[in-house]
Amino acid sequence: MAGRKKRVAFTVVGWLLSLIVLFPFYIVFINSFKDRQEIFTNQLTFPAHFNFQYYSQAIDKMQFGTAFFNSVVITTISVVFIVMFSSMAAWVLERKKSRISTVIFYIMISTILIPFQSIMIPLVQYMSSWEMDSINFSMIDSRYGLIFMNIGFGLSMAVFLYHGYIKSIPAEIEEAATIDGCNKWRLFTHIVFPNLKPMTATVAILDVISLWNDYLLPSLVLKNPELRTIPLSTFYFFGEFNIQWNLALAGLVLTIIPIVIFYVFAQKYIINGVIAGAIK
Amino acid sequence: MKPHALHKNLYFWLFLIPALFFFINVVIIPFILGIVYSFTNWNGFQFLNSKFIGTYNYKQAFSDKAFLSSMGLTFEYAIITVILVNIIGFFLALLVTRKFKSSHALRAVFFMPNLIGGLLLGFIWQFIFSKFMVFIGQSLKISSLSFNWLNEPNSAFWSLVIVSTWQMAGYVMIIYIAGLQSIPRDVLEAAQIDGANSMQRLRHIVLPLMMPSFTVNLFIVLSNAFKQYDTNLSLTNGGPYGTTQLLAMNIYQTAFSHNNYAVAQAKAVIFFLIIMVVTLLQVHFTSKREVEA
Repeated sequence: MAGRKKRVAFTVVGWLLSLIVLFPFYIVFINSFKDRQEIFTNQLTFPAHFNFQYYSQAIDKMQFGTAFFNSVVITTISVVFIVMFSSMAAWVLERKKSRISTVIFYIMISTILIPFQSIMIPLVQYMSSWEMDSINFSMIDSRYGLIFMNIGFGLSMAVFLYHGYIKSIPAEIEEAATIDGCNKWRLFTHIVFPNLKPMTATVAILDVISLWNDYLLPSLVLKNPELRTIPLSTFYFFGEFNIQWNLALAGLVLTIIPIVIFYVFAQKYIINGVIAGAIK
Repeated sequence: MKPHALHKNLYFWLFLIPALFFFINVVIIPFILGIVYSFTNWNGFQFLNSKFIGTYNYKQAFSDKAFLSSMGLTFEYAIITVILVNIIGFFLALLVTRKFKSSHALRAVFFMPNLIGGLLLGFIWQFIFSKFMVFIGQSLKISSLSFNWLNEPNSAFWSLVIVSTWQMAGYVMIIYIAGLQSIPRDVLEAAQIDGANSMQRLRHIVLPLMMPSFTVNLFIVLSNAFKQYDTNLSLTNGGPYGTTQLLAMNIYQTAFSHNNYAVAQAKAVIFFLIIMVVTLLQVHFTSKREVEA
């Protein structure tokens, strides 16, 4: 009996706390349908009418489609390259131990501590010095430039995670395959990489979350409004319309929806990925 | 080198070079340039005509009142956030590791704010603190409650703390859950048989065995709090009157609003050193207290 009472108490306390967590989302959601007058007089309850006009205005004004496309392209390509290059590097660094591989590995992981703000100023200057007008090549204000930098920043953490994982897999299978005459590239693509699947899921999830939400680096690199990612277009949109709260709130709901959908479908992987990524 | 040895090493470099190329150009070179620039009168663009001016930029940084007050505020913010996030996150973990039906659904809810970036969260809460709080105060006819939190330095600072706590508590909870689940059942049962009550078990068994989780979580929250920029920008934008400007924003403004690139870079190097020293000290002290079951 006492056990049951306790369980009821836990459930009640738990759901009360979850209301606190969800409350801001509720407020933003219901007020995104209200006109000016109603936002002023009633912020707590459901709107009199579900008025979707602010959503269509927001989609239009923040160029939601373009921003969504940019975010998807930039995040996906960056993550694919991070996974590819970091798994390759981590594999040789772990399996071919030498003084040089140890030094490279430690240099890479020690840079995880460097905050982005400490290198952003010279980074932007250095990257803009790569510009070649004749072939229209520029790391600044281009998607590939941002992708290039995303890859560079994502590698060290990913190498670290893969390195630890590879260490825990016995090398015998790889040695057997080498004796059978398998070349290194085939060995990696056909035997090693498939074995890394759980860690690949972790790396990909952690990077998708951080790149999708990244604001500071894209804001320094992308100037052209056509190239804006979701956080960037939200920022400019909000700056322009935060007097028109209904519009601003509708824009916010739009940007949250893709994340919530992603979470609903990948929840288990996300939570496991976060645990694996944090505890190493 | 013998041709055979070269061939044996070739694949090592072929696998490594793509990663090294990106890593060196994006992280290593800018990092070194940044340290060099911080000792020169670099104007933010061409470096060619810049001169070495010793520690002038560092002296400028340390005589900049706004920078020093940002530093103080960042320490205050980081310490308060670390404490609140970890206490709340730990208790959430204790709650949802009890056996009851909704415990898994609750974990998912508590964790959710983490997935949404700091920029969006700041905007969401901007509405809450600047509009909703005013509305609630008016509806309840309590004029002392009815004010815009973001217009007053103290409440604006606490708004920032509240949003960060709300965001990160669910994250550390996940790691505490993993820690709690790794505590061997038999140890707890043995203590129970020996007559230890639940408070005693928490203090003498659970907490000491959870030290590795504390090390990880304190590190994560501490470094995130020091690097805070996005929520600072979208929630208060440093205001009112620059009173809630954290270090990262101060560096950004010095460089990109005041075009004072060399001084900004000196601040950025100081920023790096602060984060390194603080987090390494924290890891050193908390991991010393780790024990094994």
